[in-house]
Amino acid sequence: MLKRLKSMTGMTGEDGLPAQRLLTGWGRTAPTLATVSRPTTEADISRLMTASPERGLIARGLGRSYGDPAQNAGGSVLDMTGLNHVHHFDVENGLIGVEAGLSLQQLTSMVLPFGFFLPVSPGTQFVTVGGAIASDIHGKNHHVDGSFCNHVTAIDILTPTGERQTASPEQNAGLFWATAGGMGMTGIILRATLKLPRVETSRIVVDTDRTRDLDEVMHLQQSGDERYQYSVAWVDCMARGSSLGRSILMRGNHAMLQDLKSGERATALSTRPGPGVTAPPFVPPGLLRTSSVKLLNQAWYRKAPCQERDALHTIKQFFYPLDWIGEWNRFHGPLGFLQYQFVVPDTRHDIVRTIIEALADGGWPSSLAVLKRMGPARGPLSFAIPGWTLAVDIPAGIPDLNELLDHFDDLVADAGGRIYLAKDSRMRPELLPVMYPQLMSWRDTVAQIDPQRIMRSDLDRRLRLRAEG
Amino acid sequence: MKNSLGAVQSVLVLGGDSDIAFATLRELICARTRTIILAGRSPERLEARAADLRELGATSVEVTHFDGADTGSHEAFVDQVFSHNGDVDLVFVAFGTLGSQMEDELDRERTLTVIQSNYVGAVSVLIPIAAALKHQGHGTIVVMSTVAAERPRRSNYIYGSSKAGIDWFAQGLGDALKGSGVNVMIVRPGFVKSKMTSHMEDAPLAATPEEVAQAIVAGLRRNHEMVWVPGKIRWVMSVLRHLPRAIFRRLNL
Ligand SMILES: Cc1cc2nc3c(=O)[nH]c(=O)nc-3n(C[C@H](O)[C@H](O)[C@H](O)COP(=O)(O)OP(=O)(O)OC[C@H]3O[C@@H](n4cnc5c(N)ncnc54)[C@H](O)[C@@H]3O)c2cc1C
Ligand SMILES: NC(=O)c1ccc[n+]([C@@H]2O[C@H](COP(=O)([O-])OP(=O)(O)OC[C@H]3O[C@@H](n4cnc5c(N)ncnc54)[C@H](OP(=O)(O)O)[C@@H]3O)[C@@H](O)[C@H]2O)c1
Repeated sequence: MLKRLKSMTGMTGEDGLPAQRLLTGWGRTAPTLATVSRPTTEADISRLMTASPERGLIARGLGRSYGDPAQNAGGSVLDMTGLNHVHHFDVENGLIGVEAGLSLQQLTSMVLPFGFFLPVSPGTQFVTVGGAIASDIHGKNHHVDGSFCNHVTAIDILTPTGERQTASPEQNAGLFWATAGGMGMTGIILRATLKLPRVETSRIVVDTDRTRDLDEVMHLQQSGDERYQYSVAWVDCMARGSSLGRSILMRGNHAMLQDLKSGERATALSTRPGPGVTAPPFVPPGLLRTSSVKLLNQAWYRKAPCQERDALHTIKQFFYPLDWIGEWNRFHGPLGFLQYQFVVPDTRHDIVRTIIEALADGGWPSSLAVLKRMGPARGPLSFAIPGWTLAVDIPAGIPDLNELLDHFDDLVADAGGRIYLAKDSRMRPELLPVMYPQLMSWRDTVAQIDPQRIMRSDLDRRLRLRAEG
Repeated sequence: MKNSLGAVQSVLVLGGDSDIAFATLRELICARTRTIILAGRSPERLEARAADLRELGATSVEVTHFDGADTGSHEAFVDQVFSHNGDVDLVFVAFGTLGSQMEDELDRERTLTVIQSNYVGAVSVLIPIAAALKHQGHGTIVVMSTVAAERPRRSNYIYGSSKAGIDWFAQGLGDALKGSGVNVMIVRPGFVKSKMTSHMEDAPLAATPEEVAQAIVAGLRRNHEMVWVPGKIRWVMSVLRHLPRAIFRRLNL
């Protein structure tokens, strides 16, 4: 277990010395070998940076990106999880200064007792603050609160020229926004100051609606999401015909103290422990094939109430429904899996339907997909644009998947949408400048920050993130 | 870089004029491949191939001299290729010569030419290739073997032994490279209708270069270490391999 955990996070050998390791992302595809070090001080990081390894260097958080942004074949990878201290916590204003390797799980368990929560929660709490910034992640509240970096008031970053710089939206803003969503290419984020929202309890008051089809869920989301801070729809991408896109829509707000029963108020801010179950180390290929995924999706859909109002969920139930099984990514077998996540502008919601239809009609074994509405984001490479985002898991290794997803990419790009780099493991580099119109200006900024091209990752090589397309 | 679905972006082909390699490159270009280096003995024929590949959508196609039998040149060759280009995701060891059994077996020199090219030469170039891929931390090597490597046959044991040699070497190399990010995939086709066999009559279960190409691409997607073309020839061979020698000999294959 310990060994497996280590290989997952890319930790180094027993003695803490740099070690050669095969790394993959959460999807467990396309492993490459790198020299992994796990620095525990900022001085260690400086030393590793100035050594400027031949094939460059990249930071790695908890490896929860699906593809290859936290890998660097033949080069150096810095496992940042050893830098996980809290430097200051201003309980008056909810400002907390933390090291970049701190996980959101560690952060939540520290601040919740003081009546604070995360400004943005992804679908797992096992991501680091550095990873959250580098992907400018979004949560179920994007339509209200925007992306993670909107709540970062400052970062300290070691840039590739060896300088330790402070950047914020006010000061050094070019560096700040190039780093937000910049997939680690601007240097090693050392620390960040976050502005945390206040909460009275650790519960969410949740309204659930089971919808017949896609139209119904999209209509509900469009017309009612403003009333909720959090909104997410789980879509069964294998249901066809009149059930196409049937969903469970879950929306909620933080519970106030008065929403709890009087007996629960004393423990209003408590949480429960982390994952208890772990997936077996070897799972045969094809376990999650079309038939079994269809059944799973159906069971999930049927289990949900048709309509439920004001149910109290814990934070884990509502935000991290998969976190209770450690390493669930192993269920997809040795060939791994990928997540296809795109966003399209509001006016092009037809693309969401087209893609779900193609998945359902083709019988692709796509487990539950997540459909959300998004607002704008600020970083030139930040993923979010106002519109609809769909994220769907599909096992790798099935024939013709590459062609299918390339076709989806074309639809998405044509519609003015884009693919989420934190989830991508497969797209064509040619589409990057089309999907991210600010790519050129981002490249110019990064060329100044890293003239020697020290920051390198497999994603950078695959998508030519930094080079001319 | 290879993507999560086994599609590669850059390919080096040793034996760049091979029909099987060309069919494979066609498939690879359809998926992702844009950068190709064709290495071989005849610059004119390689240039013609390169033009076709550009037409098909490859954006950077280079042609370079390579002779599998000239082992003395191999280290410099690999050095040159890897220092002048970006990463190479796939190295396709396609070169091979069938020779002519009946004539070769009467001529020591001719026999040695087949061995020198197919076995010694392939080993000689695979060593620096493996080192270069290991250095870049990722990559796939595809080695063209043949079902003839499974069991010696009277009608082509010189070729068969040279291919058996490289097949075994590649298997061992694959094991040695486990955990390095570099994979070795061995391809064992039966009879393939290419220019190598254009003077011969089709054997049973004959395949086209396109079929071999599709099997290779599927193998890359599924991370296979051994690919048989057509698939069922694997079972035919596993029967033939276990026949007593006296009987096998009388089959006159
Ligand atoms: C189950 C699951 C659910 C998810 N749900 C969501 C979601 O709802 N919304 C969402 O937006 N994302 C989601 N994600 C994706 C995840 O939030 C991002 O991929 C995030 O970046 C992962 O953080 P990490 O610490 O694991 O970073 P890694 O995956 O290790 O690295 C990601 C990137 O961050 C960079 N990086 C990490 N640390 C630093 C640092 N200190 N300095 C500079 N760069 C650094 C790396 O170089 C790399 O480019 C989900 C992932 C999973 C597995
Ligand atoms: N065709 C079949 O039935 C069959 C079956 C099983 C396996 N294979 C194997 O598949 C591979 C590809 O064959 P193919 O069918 O595509 O035939 P092909 O078109 O004849 O290709 C073989 C290529 O190898 C080149 N070559 C031979 N010796 C070389 C050397 N010493 N140095 C550099 N290049 C050399 C040849 O180039 P020149 O023009 O310079 O000679 C030729 O372009 C070969 O390894 C073959 O053994 C073929």
